[in-house]
Amino acid sequence: MDWLPIFFVTVMGFALLMYTLLDGYDLGIGMLLPLANDAQKDEMISTIGPFWDANETWIVLGVGVLLMAFPKAHGAVLTALYFPVAIMLLGLTLRGVAFDFRVKVKTQHKAMWNKLFFLGSLIASLAQGWMLGRYVMGLSTDSVSMLFSAIIAILLPCLYIMLGSGWLLVKTDGEVYDNAVRWARRCIFPLGLGLFIISITTPIASETIADKWFSLPEAIGLLPIPMTVIIAYGVIIWLLNSPKMLKADYGWIVYAALIVICVTSAIGLGYSIFPDIIIGQLDIWEAAAARSSLMFAFVGSVIAVPAIFIYTVFIYRIFSGKTKTLSYESD
Amino acid sequence: MELDPLLLARIQFALNISFHILFPTITIGLCWILLFFRIQYTRTKDEEWEYAYYFWVKIFALTFALGVVSGITMSFQFGTNWPGFMEKAGNIAGPLLGYEVLTAFFLEASFLAVMLFGKNRVSNKTHIIATAIVALGTTASAFWILSLNSWMQTPAGYAVMDGVIHVENWLEVIFNPSFPYRFAHMLIASLLTAAFLVAGVSAWRLQSNVGGPATWKVIKTGVFLAAFLIPIQIFLGDLHGLNTLKHQPAKVAAMEGIWHTEKGAPLTLFGIPDEEAQTTHLAIKVPKLASFILVHDADGEIKGLDEFQGEHPPVAPVFWSFRIMVGVGVLMLMVSWLCAYKLLRQKNLEGLCLRALSVMTFSGWVAVLSGWYVTEIGRQPWIVQGLLPTSEVVAQHSGGTVLTTLLGYAILYVGLLAAYVLTLRYMSTKKARSLIALQESQMIQQLEGEK
Repeated sequence: MDWLPIFFVTVMGFALLMYTLLDGYDLGIGMLLPLANDAQKDEMISTIGPFWDANETWIVLGVGVLLMAFPKAHGAVLTALYFPVAIMLLGLTLRGVAFDFRVKVKTQHKAMWNKLFFLGSLIASLAQGWMLGRYVMGLSTDSVSMLFSAIIAILLPCLYIMLGSGWLLVKTDGEVYDNAVRWARRCIFPLGLGLFIISITTPIASETIADKWFSLPEAIGLLPIPMTVIIAYGVIIWLLNSPKMLKADYGWIVYAALIVICVTSAIGLGYSIFPDIIIGQLDIWEAAAARSSLMFAFVGSVIAVPAIFIYTVFIYRIFSGKTKTLSYESD
Repeated sequence: MELDPLLLARIQFALNISFHILFPTITIGLCWILLFFRIQYTRTKDEEWEYAYYFWVKIFALTFALGVVSGITMSFQFGTNWPGFMEKAGNIAGPLLGYEVLTAFFLEASFLAVMLFGKNRVSNKTHIIATAIVALGTTASAFWILSLNSWMQTPAGYAVMDGVIHVENWLEVIFNPSFPYRFAHMLIASLLTAAFLVAGVSAWRLQSNVGGPATWKVIKTGVFLAAFLIPIQIFLGDLHGLNTLKHQPAKVAAMEGIWHTEKGAPLTLFGIPDEEAQTTHLAIKVPKLASFILVHDADGEIKGLDEFQGEHPPVAPVFWSFRIMVGVGVLMLMVSWLCAYKLLRQKNLEGLCLRALSVMTFSGWVAVLSGWYVTEIGRQPWIVQGLLPTSEVVAQHSGGTVLTTLLGYAILYVGLLAAYVLTLRYMSTKKARSLIALQESQMIQQLEGEK
């Protein structure tokens, strides 16, 4: 059994996880924008200014690895998701440019670009939720899958809004910080519901997945996965209701706990799906590109992916701390 | 009316990539120009270079954002509309595109943050390094994408097994026969596009009396860069053409409108190609010139379209695009040399020159798009020359499905393009910071003089 497809499916999973964690917060902030006044809007957007561009690149890497290592799956998945992909792309395009246009156009047009930024973020998040649902259901088109996808489509934006609020708790203080607490409190329960629904639906929908989770002794070994998620979830609820901790600027723990939830869920989801790349239809070895191509791509990946990770950390350090107003210029 | 899904998919791809290429074309060149401004400031401590940088970095940021988002669309398009291409040529296209993401996209996107917002947070040296990394990143991105495109034009280093293309030699794949020409031609095209953009916008600002001393520095940079590069570009274009004649003679026959193989073929300057009648109406021809240019022998033989029955590209779009590209190139040569001459002789530009430059602001876009239409439409009916027909790799969507998304993209792109140009115009109508600074210092001097 060739190990290269395993390597690449791991890189792809890692890229999509990074995308969720990073672009998740800026999409979330986009969706929260209408709830803030003008000064707060500027502050919220300056927390994502230096990062959104690189954040979005993670999805290009995810799709890039899919295309590079699993060309057959790339075609099959994206043709099946033709419309949601197109809608997501329209959303991502709108928000990406709105972000830049809003500070450069005439003042009276700024409000319109703010709205487009919100709208683009919302559309992209809904479309991604829908696609996640379709993917987890093995791209089948029966009505149960569609209903499930619709539910995920509404719940994924909740995760993004949570991440957005969490990010604001890391990067801001004052009014925006207080607002972020309120927004997070409103979204935490829908998020829990979403995690619960995905956890029970996937084993019901697929016998293979049910076998993987509920047969002994694996079930005991897997117990830490749901346990960790539950604990992290509990920490968020506790923190959001502890004025003392929030006042002492421990709000960043919300974002940290969300990272824990996302990483653990990703491991759980990965365990469910592996070794398939399209559930029940195509496994990673069937979908893989020729070995010589994978080897060539492997060499580049082992050098580049750690390098990307390192300079991403470097850049986040340059812009660490509570956000000040952004400027293209030096004082 | 029956909607042809293949034609619609091709139009959609053409629309997406045409919209996308507008922005990287600017940023690849503009980033090096910005690096030049930063270095000039660091070297001379002349504040004007800093003003020039601050004005153009805003435009760079906006252009970059448009390039990023329209580029994301490209990475999905291969799967949504051309799954057969990935299945059959994925072993080559996948890693080349993958390397672009791994070595270029992240580099540019990450260090862009330092370049745009880091001036307060990092040292001048780190900022210059970050700017240089972004410039290198954009160029590296062009390297990989042009390598893949060139491979689709002149495939090499591969073997076909069970209908799937496999790699035999990566160096031959990456450095395939047309790659060096196409890469150089495109890089210089980007620099020219950026040069005419900065010179054009600056000319417009000077005409409307909102330009300052920094605006003059920018216009000089643009004019001299363009005047220096345009002859090199024309020379490279010629080499590129000879390379195409060797590997894709049908494309050259369509470019030149040569219907029948002939010795001592004339160069058609203008005419209306008619594919059905296999002739060019109202043709203005220079005897034997095509043979002379292409094979350096006035009586040399050029293969005509009749040798490629059913396998040659549609003639009219290739024929016209080629003439537009060459026409814009000649205009670029005339305008940039005239302006460079005036700048050297009279140390000034006025009236006609400024008008000409501002009319030419987006001339790079016209030349780049028409050049790409020549090379891409010229490759049809193949997606990979001689190996894979375009019609075999298209996704099985209905015409209506593709038409829906096509309209969606078209509306969005028209809106965004209008917003981009209008925003550039709006930013250019503001009084230049260097002008305000100049007026302030003049006022202070005047007040002191009165004392």
